[in-house]
Amino acid sequence: MRPLEPVGAQARWALGLAFFVLFVLAWSVATFGGFVSPTFLASPLTMLREGVALFTQFDFLKDIGMTVWRVVGGFVLAAVIAVPLGIAMGAYKPIEAFLEPFVSFCRYLPASAFIPLLILWAGIGELQKLLVIFIGSVFQIILMVAVTVGGARKDLVEAAYTLGADGRGVVRRVLIPGAAPQIAETLRLVLGWAWTFIIVAELIGSSSGIGHMIVDSQALLNTGQIIFGIITIGLIGLASDFAFKALNRRLFVWSNL
Amino acid sequence: MSTVFIQGVSRVFDSGRGQSTQALLPVDFEVRDNDFVTILGPSGCGKSTLLRIVAGLDKPSTGRVLVDGAPVTGPSAERGMVFQSYTLFPWLTVARNIAFGLRERGVPEAEQRERVAYFIDKVGLRGFEDHFPKQLSGGMQQRTAIARALVNDPKVLLLDEPFGALDNQTRVLMQELLLGIWESAQKTVLFVTHDIDEAIFMASRVAVFSARPGRIKSDIAVDLPHPRHYTVKTSAAFMALKARLTEEIRAEAMAAAVH
Repeated sequence: MRPLEPVGAQARWALGLAFFVLFVLAWSVATFGGFVSPTFLASPLTMLREGVALFTQFDFLKDIGMTVWRVVGGFVLAAVIAVPLGIAMGAYKPIEAFLEPFVSFCRYLPASAFIPLLILWAGIGELQKLLVIFIGSVFQIILMVAVTVGGARKDLVEAAYTLGADGRGVVRRVLIPGAAPQIAETLRLVLGWAWTFIIVAELIGSSSGIGHMIVDSQALLNTGQIIFGIITIGLIGLASDFAFKALNRRLFVWSNL
Repeated sequence: MSTVFIQGVSRVFDSGRGQSTQALLPVDFEVRDNDFVTILGPSGCGKSTLLRIVAGLDKPSTGRVLVDGAPVTGPSAERGMVFQSYTLFPWLTVARNIAFGLRERGVPEAEQRERVAYFIDKVGLRGFEDHFPKQLSGGMQQRTAIARALVNDPKVLLLDEPFGALDNQTRVLMQELLLGIWESAQKTVLFVTHDIDEAIFMASRVAVFSARPGRIKSDIAVDLPHPRHYTVKTSAAFMALKARLTEEIRAEAMAAAVH
């Protein structure tokens, strides 16, 4: 090993996989070896068995569907509002001066702390879940998009002016296309955070979703189901992340040259 | 017919805490129709500042610039500019970069294609239309940038050390290319450089800048015949001009070094 020396593609896969194997191995030793009581930690096999039961007996697919829809719904709602607002803030400094202090303040309000308030306002229905995701995502996206757009290369903007572009042309044909790959990257990042908010929202006052299943399982001391639920969330998050990355690479070929 | 009048243009930069830096002393200068004027001076002498003011990218502290009698109030496509840094839009292909100004003006698609193709031929980039800037060498990027400015048919072409970042061999080829375009198309050109050979080879006139605060200290006509071939650089007339400009610039560079 030398600093910054690259690792081959095959070795990279093998090393990445090796840690998962080690992890499961340690887990197996702890549970099968009797070092941890099965009441507190299910073994990998129990976990898998409980997972199958979740799908066959408890309609877990519906829970997954509910959770995915809430995340995507709240996230899309946030993105539709936040991206244009962030672009406006990044491009026009008076708009930034007007909104930035408030949005920065809001960004530090934890979305989960709003849950009791949102239950009061919107009940425990779908709207409340969407709003948690929305509040958790919208301010982050606004600020990150504003910073990206505001950091546009000044020389490109000047070049556009000397080619006859006006202010609107610069926003439409320089700032937005130049920031697009980074904006897509921001959305990918925030979508990952949205997954953590939704589970918290479903832990409190919910009758469906992966988070709800986890709370139910806790009452029954079914650690196998809890762990299976957590792993499911991880896998869905990983899959959506890969899909987002692949999409960004296809959309913005120029930025990866 | 395009002339540039620079009338009493100076520039003072506010450097904070009530301090200010005089970058440019009042400059009076006239660029006549189809003149190829090079502005030669040591680094940091304010020559780029003057060019940016002509482009409308910077405002003069005093004075004004007139192009064909109309005062410059801001940047526009009638004063096309080529920058020293690579300023092609990285998300657009070569052809779309060149078409940028035409699209902005709403020129019909068919005419855009025709004019873009004409200038791609002129700068020798046939076959690279669909390449992205990152796939091009520095010289090819600057050729695209020249085509992108020329396709708008600007009244004046402004170039700010456009070949400064290129290696020597490429730079010489680019000089010949640009000079060839100018000889056939006739344009009013203002070209900023700190390279004496480049300043003489390209120019019909060389304006020599003093060290900061900048002013034009001499205005020298270059009467070498056109079309110019690179061999002109070894002619006696060229050498005499080079000797004279070297003396002028040397004095300024030494003045700049003392500061």
